[in-house]
Amino acid sequence: MPKQLEKKHPLAIRWMHWLNFPLLAMMIWSGLLIYWANAVYSLKLFGNEFFHFFPVGFYDFLGIPFRLAEGMQLHFFFMWLFVGNGVVYVLYTIFSGEWRALVPVPSSFKRATRVALHDAHVVKELPPQGKYNDAQRIAYTLVILMGVGSVVTGLGIYKPTQLAWLTSLLGGYEWARWEHFWLMIGFVLFFVVHVLQVVVAGWANFRSMITGYDIVEAKASEPPAPNPQGELA
Amino acid sequence: MSDDRDIKTDEVRELPREEKWPGGRENTANILDEPRELSDPLDDKTANREMFRRSRRGFLVGGAAALIGIFGWRWMPDETKYKLLRGTLEFNEWVSQNLYSPKRLAPEYTQDHVGQIRVNGMEGMSEGFDPADWKLAVTGLNSGQDLFLTMDDVRALPRTEMTTEFKCIEGWSVVLHWAGVRFSDFIERYPPTNYFSDPRDHFQHRHGLSKYVSMSTPDGGYFVGWDMESILHPQTLLAYELNGQPLTLEHGAPLRIASPLKYGIKQIKRIGRIEFTDDRPKDYWGEQGYDWYSGH
Repeated sequence: MPKQLEKKHPLAIRWMHWLNFPLLAMMIWSGLLIYWANAVYSLKLFGNEFFHFFPVGFYDFLGIPFRLAEGMQLHFFFMWLFVGNGVVYVLYTIFSGEWRALVPVPSSFKRATRVALHDAHVVKELPPQGKYNDAQRIAYTLVILMGVGSVVTGLGIYKPTQLAWLTSLLGGYEWARWEHFWLMIGFVLFFVVHVLQVVVAGWANFRSMITGYDIVEAKASEPPAPNPQGELA
Repeated sequence: MSDDRDIKTDEVRELPREEKWPGGRENTANILDEPRELSDPLDDKTANREMFRRSRRGFLVGGAAALIGIFGWRWMPDETKYKLLRGTLEFNEWVSQNLYSPKRLAPEYTQDHVGQIRVNGMEGMSEGFDPADWKLAVTGLNSGQDLFLTMDDVRALPRTEMTTEFKCIEGWSVVLHWAGVRFSDFIERYPPTNYFSDPRDHFQHRHGLSKYVSMSTPDGGYFVGWDMESILHPQTLLAYELNGQPLTLEHGAPLRIASPLKYGIKQIKRIGRIEFTDDRPKDYWGEQGYDWYSGH
């Protein structure tokens, strides 16, 4: 059975994808060191708090307490690398045309619902897709917008006088901090779902994010490959 | 067929448009004209060998990069790491100073937003202090003479009130109503070295002005440094009233800094000494790893 190597991920995308992992991890870690000093957020239902961010055991286990100064130093160092990586990624996707594989169109939401139903084993058939399915397109676009949101809310907290217009737009200093926090929770949830999906998708899919290629069955309908040397036929 | 030859899978070709992806217009990839790149058809063995070769290279390079990253950070001497992070704080400040404008103001609030502030630190607030004996020592003045001002001298300067948000570096904030003297008004009355006021020329106005202000409590137990740009901002006050009442001892009586520009750690309570200087002053929390500027 003839095979083909399909190019999945350009080298630049792979580097930026993997680089983003430690960078985002450092932003979240240093953010936790900062958040600990004023840990005020919780999940509430009908006025009852049923989860406080975060339990004392969580802080103690990770050695978070009393590291505010260190947290701020790390946060304001890694922010440059995190933002730089994100900006280059967005520019790259625009100029390379990679955005065509990554953004949703209005009808994507319908197909993304079918993808979700398929993943939940409700329906058997997956809707037709390119490199990514429509749920992935929405998720990967959303996570970039979340990154933009984190930078914007972060700036609103970081320079609330010089960027007072921005902080006001976000609803004020305290709201900006709240938004910044929940975006972080959003990244963590994205990460968890992303890793689970990668595990479910299997080795070849994971490998393609390292090598850039995947092996696919050559389809009979495809035109005969030009093979001037007459080798490898 | 030659086994030793690398397959040029980097030179994958694009399929003709109509064959790219299944599903026609029902597929987002076709709607957005997503390219699809495939190599020439290969037999199993060649395909697997090529994939293995690429995997080995990818995992080796990726693994090496990960190890360099992890151990580079782990084994970086603490001193180097500290310099790197400190240097970045300085760089960040350089960026924000270049974008700084004294015209941009922090929002002011109506009285119904005003809250109460907790006492969060007593560094430099030693026992046995009597505000009646207090004098404010001012050095680094244009006159070359050191001054010892009383509260009456301070109150004689133009009074300014503001309702602004106080932000603690810990992350909490509260709206407070302040009354006091704009630091810029204080400087007009008691000009520092080389300072001359020329309203016709904004840049001349600041020419030669000391770069920093150093302040400390009477016992020297707490001390802060401010950059001149932030201290001249119209919302930086030498405050003597909080929420309509004279400052209490624990909130910094008789005179403290109030400003929405910087975190509370910079808003020194119970000022005993003000010095204008070109050398960056030491700073209590700056010495403990916090950003020296801590604000804007």
